[in-house]
Amino acid sequence: METNNNNSFEPKVVAFVCNWCTYAGADLTGTSRIKYAPNVKIIRFPCTGRIDYMLLMKAFANGADGIIVSGCHPNDCHYTSGNFHARRRWMIFRNLCDFIGMDMNRVVFSWVSAAEGAKWAEIVNTTVDTIRQLGPATSFQKLIKNSVFEEVGNE
Amino acid sequence: MARIGVFICHCGENISATVDCEKVAKVASEFPGVAVSVDYKYMCSDPGQNLVKEAIIEHKLTGVVVSACSPRMHEPTFRNACAEAGLNPFLCEMANIREHCSWVHEKGDATTQKAIDIVRTLVEKVKRNEALAPIYVPISKTAVVIGGGVAGIQAALDIADAGHKVVMVEREPSIGGHMSQLSETFPTLDCSQCILTPRMVDVARHPNITLYTYAEIESVDGSIGNFNVKIRLKSKSLDEKVCTGCGACIQKCPVKKIPSEFEQGLGMRTAIYVPFPQAVPNKPVIDRKNCTYYIKGKCKVCEIVCPTKAIRFDQEDSFVEVQAGALLLATGFDVLKTSAFPEYGYGKYKDVIDGLQFERLASASGPTKGEIRRPSDGQIPKKIVFIACAGSRDPAKGREYCSKICCMYTAKHAMLYKHKVHEGTPYIFYMDIRATGKMYEEFVRRAIEEDEVKYIRGRVSQVYEKNGKLIVRGVDTLLMGQPVEIEADMVVLATAGIANQGSEELAQKLHVSYDKHKFFSEAHPKLKPVETNTAGIFLAGACQSTKDIPETVAAASGAAAKVVGLFSNDMLKRDPLIAIVKKSPPPVYSSCTGCFMCIQVCPYQAIDKEEIKDRNGNIIKTISHINPGLCQGCGTCVAFCKSKSIDILGYNHDQVYAEVSALLNE
Amino acid sequence: MQKKIGYYPGCSLEGSAREYNESVQTLAKAFDVTLEQVPDWNCCGATAAHNLNKVLSFALPARILANAEKAGMENILVPCAACYNRLSMVQHELGKNESLRNEVNAIIEADLKCNLKILNIIQFIQMFISDFVGDKQQLLFNKKVACYYGCLLVRPNDVLGFDRAEDPQMMDEVMKSLGADTIDWPFKTECCGAGLSVSRTDIVGNLSGRIVKEAADRGAEAIIVACPMCHSNLDMRRPAIEKAIGEKIDIPVIYISQAIDMALGKTQKETGINRHFVPVNIELKKKEAEPQVVIEKTEEK
Repeated sequence: METNNNNSFEPKVVAFVCNWCTYAGADLTGTSRIKYAPNVKIIRFPCTGRIDYMLLMKAFANGADGIIVSGCHPNDCHYTSGNFHARRRWMIFRNLCDFIGMDMNRVVFSWVSAAEGAKWAEIVNTTVDTIRQLGPATSFQKLIKNSVFEEVGNE
Repeated sequence: MARIGVFICHCGENISATVDCEKVAKVASEFPGVAVSVDYKYMCSDPGQNLVKEAIIEHKLTGVVVSACSPRMHEPTFRNACAEAGLNPFLCEMANIREHCSWVHEKGDATTQKAIDIVRTLVEKVKRNEALAPIYVPISKTAVVIGGGVAGIQAALDIADAGHKVVMVEREPSIGGHMSQLSETFPTLDCSQCILTPRMVDVARHPNITLYTYAEIESVDGSIGNFNVKIRLKSKSLDEKVCTGCGACIQKCPVKKIPSEFEQGLGMRTAIYVPFPQAVPNKPVIDRKNCTYYIKGKCKVCEIVCPTKAIRFDQEDSFVEVQAGALLLATGFDVLKTSAFPEYGYGKYKDVIDGLQFERLASASGPTKGEIRRPSDGQIPKKIVFIACAGSRDPAKGREYCSKICCMYTAKHAMLYKHKVHEGTPYIFYMDIRATGKMYEEFVRRAIEEDEVKYIRGRVSQVYEKNGKLIVRGVDTLLMGQPVEIEADMVVLATAGIANQGSEELAQKLHVSYDKHKFFSEAHPKLKPVETNTAGIFLAGACQSTKDIPETVAAASGAAAKVVGLFSNDMLKRDPLIAIVKKSPPPVYSSCTGCFMCIQVCPYQAIDKEEIKDRNGNIIKTISHINPGLCQGCGTCVAFCKSKSIDILGYNHDQVYAEVSALLNE
Repeated sequence: MQKKIGYYPGCSLEGSAREYNESVQTLAKAFDVTLEQVPDWNCCGATAAHNLNKVLSFALPARILANAEKAGMENILVPCAACYNRLSMVQHELGKNESLRNEVNAIIEADLKCNLKILNIIQFIQMFISDFVGDKQQLLFNKKVACYYGCLLVRPNDVLGFDRAEDPQMMDEVMKSLGADTIDWPFKTECCGAGLSVSRTDIVGNLSGRIVKEAADRGAEAIIVACPMCHSNLDMRRPAIEKAIGEKIDIPVIYISQAIDMALGKTQKETGINRHFVPVNIELKKKEAEPQVVIEKTEEK
């Protein structure tokens, strides 16, 4: 899995997106035929409010080098307030990342509406570029393998 | 043992141009649990769907992954196909290899590999899918229409005529709204009240409509099909059943100098009053803020003169509760007051008025009996300057939007003025003329050509009073930006249409979204213009954005059609993708620890407490319980649950963790 | 106890508006306030700098602010409306824009905190006038006056946050508390032609002419100003004005600080009105009425 000399390094980025805004926005990127890096794979959720940060830890534990979390813009949430809860959760998640020595640049939070196909492509490309510069997230995986986080990794 | 079928679609060449579909099918056939994996040119075509159906039967599939376009496109199609072949539709998932893969990447191995990864992820998910049954909820076939203007009236009559019960709630003492204040309507110049008042009477008389005036929405619980609406009936200080509407009390009321809301402050009313002579219901209310009895404790003249003894000074607000299947918001709009314009005198000049005030001046039933006279001295103005876009399209006033109706009504005002005062000169300062309705442009041309209204393209920087005249200083941008100064007798500001007072609080009570100008938001700007984001709550008219009368009526009939469509079913079918609290056998019952964090975060108030009791009725444990009728399936509670006791069907823990693992582990 | 306030006179008050400086000094003495000049102050860059170079237009006022901060001043009085405008704008912009602040800091070799309270003359007067009028006022300003604010004192409103942009009131309130009758007129913030004062006196004549004529037509006996530019255009350019409107108007133009000095019974020399081009022939009445009543009335507004 870790074929990591920096020249051929292809980052693995997981995108956690809500069904109503960003998933639809990414659909629009497709229908507009805007090209972006294939390193990002999308997992669909009903709402960013559903995205438990244990899922993000799980992704890192399984070898993700970067993560995008994206939902509806504030006040546009299909479920009224899910994205606000998500936003607060990310504040805390940042602290957690700091605490475990994770580079915060590996986690990108954004709002992409169903009308922002171009913005989605831009976010993907800049994220992939950033992660490419940062290199693979191996140190974190090692930490997980030797620590209490092991359970998360094996769930 | 799972038996999954994988169906890779080429989508003509949309997918196969950049993704090696045959390779994807071949690799997928080797995933654990995959019983069959095929590719086909058009999976959504009839033969394609048959391929899926036949495979389900032949291979006794326990799950299906259709690897094609976005689930937002064809998920219903394939779920129906699965259902027809006897597979529970919720065991079918779509892997999006078109919008999220073939269309956005170049042809190559990386793209094909991504498609394979996506398929593998969905295979792992669908293995953990559960067969689900849709939820059915009964519908209470009563609609609550909030607001009794022309939108509410139209919607209520349409719904009532279709045979359903309607409860109309109006804040003011009479229905009619702004349309009842208007003089004549563009572009036909027919009398507004003459069209509206018969409809108002129809509402009052309709056997299916219950009308509550002087009433407001206190609270709303529940959801589509079953709202519980609590309505506050403000005290009218009057027994309506006894009152005959003779008007003796109004004639004798000693407090006569209260600026009338209906006349926009240009006329006066008494403390016990009906807003206007054609009011429905035509029975008075006492304005307690201005009534001598409520202020000083003495007077009671109305009680003495009332021939039927209908006055009730000690009457209190009362409440009614209505079970409703749908709510229709038709709360209308308001206009900015002249006091919002410091450059036009902060509202201190009496002869600077807004458009609604001009309507009252021009109305035959208005304070001047339809003669255009200056509010300050009653003189007939020889020059009137109309300023269009007063506040609208003006970011400095915080309102970037076009109010849409002002171009037309300003042309109408200038025309009405010219028709009533032949020697008068109307000027209109405008930015653009937006006359985009049927016969609208012709109407504006008529104002310019036949009635010689002087249109000046430019803004007005200042209005001030000098020697009894209003000096209007502006610019004519068609004359190379020349400054223009007009000595006018009266200035009419076409002030911006704004959201009605209280619309924000109402939106919060109803959980409907609203924009930054406090107008209610539609569910989709193109395809769901009369729905809100909350199922079962519909919109009509100017509460959504300022609209003219034909548009308002069309929206109202549209919203009414949606309500009637909803009521044509006895039961409401809903997707069962909702959250549940996990239960387990005794003695644990549930891992829920009763922290009830979920209750606080639920946007729909769908979670309450459930007591688990033993046979003797002793409470063993109190845990959360999710009402399946109210839950909309956002999953916020799932992420908040510390003990992982809540899960959401369709996106449960097993499924999403498996997806994350599968996506990253080849 | 003597109160200390930082003071930035700027170029006008040293030159064409010397009488303004004199009257402010007299006023400060009456208020028992020591005006402490910002050490080594320089040009605020008004009008010229921000047309030439944005960074320069920030750096010049920033240096003044930095010197004031370094001297430990908490608030500074800036009587000139143009200086007040520039200093306030720069402090506002630099306060919110960190990268610009760093750039400017590097140029002027300082570390700006951007926390000074910058006072214009009217704010300064309002700080002290309420406990002062009753005791020391000798004469009642029993005249009909037109308060003219000009553009720089009130705009842009969201930065300066001083009074209403379209129909300001604060100068009127000060004048009313002195016993004056202030007229309600539409040209309080009308353009006087300031920037063209030297190059196009014909345009200044037209623009300032409207203002002077309107004030006179509405019966004002004096125009009260708080800006050296307004003053020089309405006062020094009176010949151009009279040429433009074709009539002679002898209505005097008085700084608000001078007006208070006059009410204190100060001499022509102390107030500086002897330097005006249009003679100030205003006789004030000995004070008799209860001044508190007047103050209450103004507070109602």
